[in-house]
Amino acid sequence: MIIALQLYLTEIRLSFLTVQAVSHQYAGTDVKVLNNVVLPIQENEFFTLLGPSGCGKTTLLRVLAGFEVPTQGKVLLDGQDIVRIPPWKRPVNTVFQNYALFPHLSILRNVTFGLKMRGMSRAARHKAAHDALALVRLEAFVDRMPSDLSGGQQQRVALARALACKPRLLLLDEPLSALDYKLRKEMQGELKRIQQETGTTFVFVTHDQEEALAMSDRIAVMQQGRLEQVGPPSDIYDRPATPFVAGFIGDSNLLPAEPGAGGRLYLSGGTDLGVPGAAEAQVMIRPEALKIDTDGPLSGVVNDLVYSGAATRFGVTLNDGSGTVQIQQPSASVSGISIGDLVSVAFDPNQLWVLDR
Amino acid sequence: MKSQGFQSLPWRFRGLSAAAVALYVYLYIPLIVLIAFSFNGGRMATIWEGFSLRWYAEVIQSDQFRAAAANSLIVASTSAFLATTLATLAALGFRGRPLRGQGMMVPFLSFPLVVPEIVTAVATLIFFISVGIPLGMIGLIAAHTVFCIPFAFITIKARMDTMDITLEQAANDLFANPRRTFFAVTLPLLWPAIFAGFILAFIVSLDDFVISLFLAGPSSTTLPIYMFGMMRLGVTPAVNAVSTILLVVSVLFVLTAAWMNKISPK
Amino acid sequence: MLIMVFVSLVERAPDGGVVWGRFTTVAYTQFFYEENLLGEMSFNSDYMQIYLRSILLAGFTVLATFVVGFPTAMYVAMQEPGRRALLIFFLSLPFWVNLLVRNYAWLLLLRANGLLDQALMGLWITSEPLNILYSNTAIAIGLTYSFLPLMVLPIYAAMEKFDFSLVEAAFDLGANRVQVLMHVIIPGVKGGIIAGCLLVFIPGLGSYVTPVLLGGSKSLMIGNLIEAQFAAARNWPFGAALAFVLLLMVVLAALLRALLLRHRQRVAP
Repeated sequence: MIIALQLYLTEIRLSFLTVQAVSHQYAGTDVKVLNNVVLPIQENEFFTLLGPSGCGKTTLLRVLAGFEVPTQGKVLLDGQDIVRIPPWKRPVNTVFQNYALFPHLSILRNVTFGLKMRGMSRAARHKAAHDALALVRLEAFVDRMPSDLSGGQQQRVALARALACKPRLLLLDEPLSALDYKLRKEMQGELKRIQQETGTTFVFVTHDQEEALAMSDRIAVMQQGRLEQVGPPSDIYDRPATPFVAGFIGDSNLLPAEPGAGGRLYLSGGTDLGVPGAAEAQVMIRPEALKIDTDGPLSGVVNDLVYSGAATRFGVTLNDGSGTVQIQQPSASVSGISIGDLVSVAFDPNQLWVLDR
Repeated sequence: MKSQGFQSLPWRFRGLSAAAVALYVYLYIPLIVLIAFSFNGGRMATIWEGFSLRWYAEVIQSDQFRAAAANSLIVASTSAFLATTLATLAALGFRGRPLRGQGMMVPFLSFPLVVPEIVTAVATLIFFISVGIPLGMIGLIAAHTVFCIPFAFITIKARMDTMDITLEQAANDLFANPRRTFFAVTLPLLWPAIFAGFILAFIVSLDDFVISLFLAGPSSTTLPIYMFGMMRLGVTPAVNAVSTILLVVSVLFVLTAAWMNKISPK
Repeated sequence: MLIMVFVSLVERAPDGGVVWGRFTTVAYTQFFYEENLLGEMSFNSDYMQIYLRSILLAGFTVLATFVVGFPTAMYVAMQEPGRRALLIFFLSLPFWVNLLVRNYAWLLLLRANGLLDQALMGLWITSEPLNILYSNTAIAIGLTYSFLPLMVLPIYAAMEKFDFSLVEAAFDLGANRVQVLMHVIIPGVKGGIIAGCLLVFIPGLGSYVTPVLLGGSKSLMIGNLIEAQFAAARNWPFGAALAFVLLLMVVLAALLRALLLRHRQRVAP
């Protein structure tokens, strides 16, 4: 909440799209699907809504698109509240999760659909459609029908269809979730490229945090209708604001710590963490920041080992009772260690991150 | 663990195919016989005397036949059209509102199946008389429309339920207001089902006998009523001929309707 | 809604012939019993007979269509999906042919020296024409033929949804074919069977075309009786009353089905 307020006060003037204290609950229920969400979104930004299923990110997207009117709050586009404006009057376009290509229309007609509704002349429409299809590298498919295309191709057509309308805001609802791994990686790059080329503001919804980290300029992490954190990927990863974010993004180890001598934090076993702290806290450290070393301050027993080629993961139960930590290291440096071994663990205090309890 | 279904069982239940084949034979033989004997050269409907088309000629040239056929066509096409229109509106209206009218709809829809035709016929007759609707073409059309609606409705609703809602959302997103969305997206996708529903309603109306019998006035004889009169008078190949004509028409229409339903853009 | 309007109108039987007088329900019930009484307080059994015959014939038809239709439904369910659709289509195709035409075809076959007789005599099975036409038997055959698809289709639909691994499990546990049939398959598709029975019984009960073409004047069913009231006898109130009784019977049958189904729901785990 504090974070949200901070953003509100400092960034509000700069953003061209503001989600202002939007709450939403479905008729007849008490559950707040969105709870006081505040988001300033910049122009020309690749903005991602990230969170587990049910966190409200899709609802928020629908609010932006115009398919839901929130029970409270405003959405300001260029300063104007668009909450009550129906979808067909908004300069906002959506790429749907299931693509939603019109099966009875050819690719060309699909892509020119929005432009036709706007009253553009035939020649202009076709030109715009060709440009859009060129952007997604599907120009050759102009006269085919959607059923002729593969999933990935349909996806790109859906994208072209939305982009052809040159919207001020492009919404993407988990567009890559139905694609296989390789295709997904490819499309991630494509989407990023297209966003930068066209300069359109993208609002991208996903539950895949790797995807979010790879593509976004800024990420908003949501849980159960609330915003947990908003910021660039590095902030989200290295400096998570809440335990939820720490746990959701990447793997993390969360260890309980208490204040002790010298105003610093100590693990329950008494190890000096080397970071200042005056209150009880949780300390987060990523698996790749821990090292199995010959001479580290912590020690423990290896209870799990997963070899995955370049890296190996260990589960080590610490002897001081702090719990079990995950450690990830390049395989070469830890060959020879097996389950049941007693090892010592080292860490770099600079890579610790302190969270409130 | 899903089994292969019934397909793995045939060897356990032998003899079923024989029963099934027998059934299909049983279903079709009377009809085949009927059709065959419509080409009978002789006067007796059941004693073969050579191939001839004379009965068809006689039938087609009969004024009564033409009048009855014309009536039937008029009634059927009008009723089917009205029924289909109403059914389409109903199907659209009830979309996505499972709670509101559903309870009321179910009895309304199933009544052709649940209530014997003769009861409906009697009730409609009494109703018309009491309200002052004259018996004749108009009454017929009204009554036919009513009992044809369920057939059209089921066809259209079935198609509608499988239609993707996001398509209309996509259209909205692409600057099409509800009216334009309907004409540009919904209707084209629903069209084959609407047409199939129309055809089904048409056949149902064309074939109807009992209700028409009760409600037709002297000048609005329909084809089935005409046929019935002929049958009462006697068994001649002429009757076979008329029957075959009706049969062929019905089958053609059913085939068209089935074909229409198969045309579905994915 | 329309049907409710109709029903209520059927209820309001006027007194006196074709003229619409005051509406009373008292006259209605009086009429009914009056017609069923010959002279004073003695029962006229004719009408009861007709109703009884109708019930029996309809019931028989249900049985016959079940016996003939159930194996076929099973057979079709055993085919692969493509063939299944085709078979079902051909099964229902005759149904779309006009009822008159279908019954007339049987008229041809069953009449004295009709085709059935010709065939049987030709094969030296019988030496004289069987007078099947214009009898209860003829009606039964006609009804079975007319409504067969109505029994097969619901059963087939139920079978499609049935979980056959149960059948395989039963076989695996040592049950023979008959046992599997009785204890696994039939209970499993009970809903479809009941639906089919109802779909056949109701039109069968109110059937008019079949008895009029194939039954002759000796074998009347309810449908014929009702029609007669409106055409020849000009006794509209009585006809309306008869129709209403028929409707009640139908409603009863439907209620029975609903009860049976609900009982099943409660029994199922």
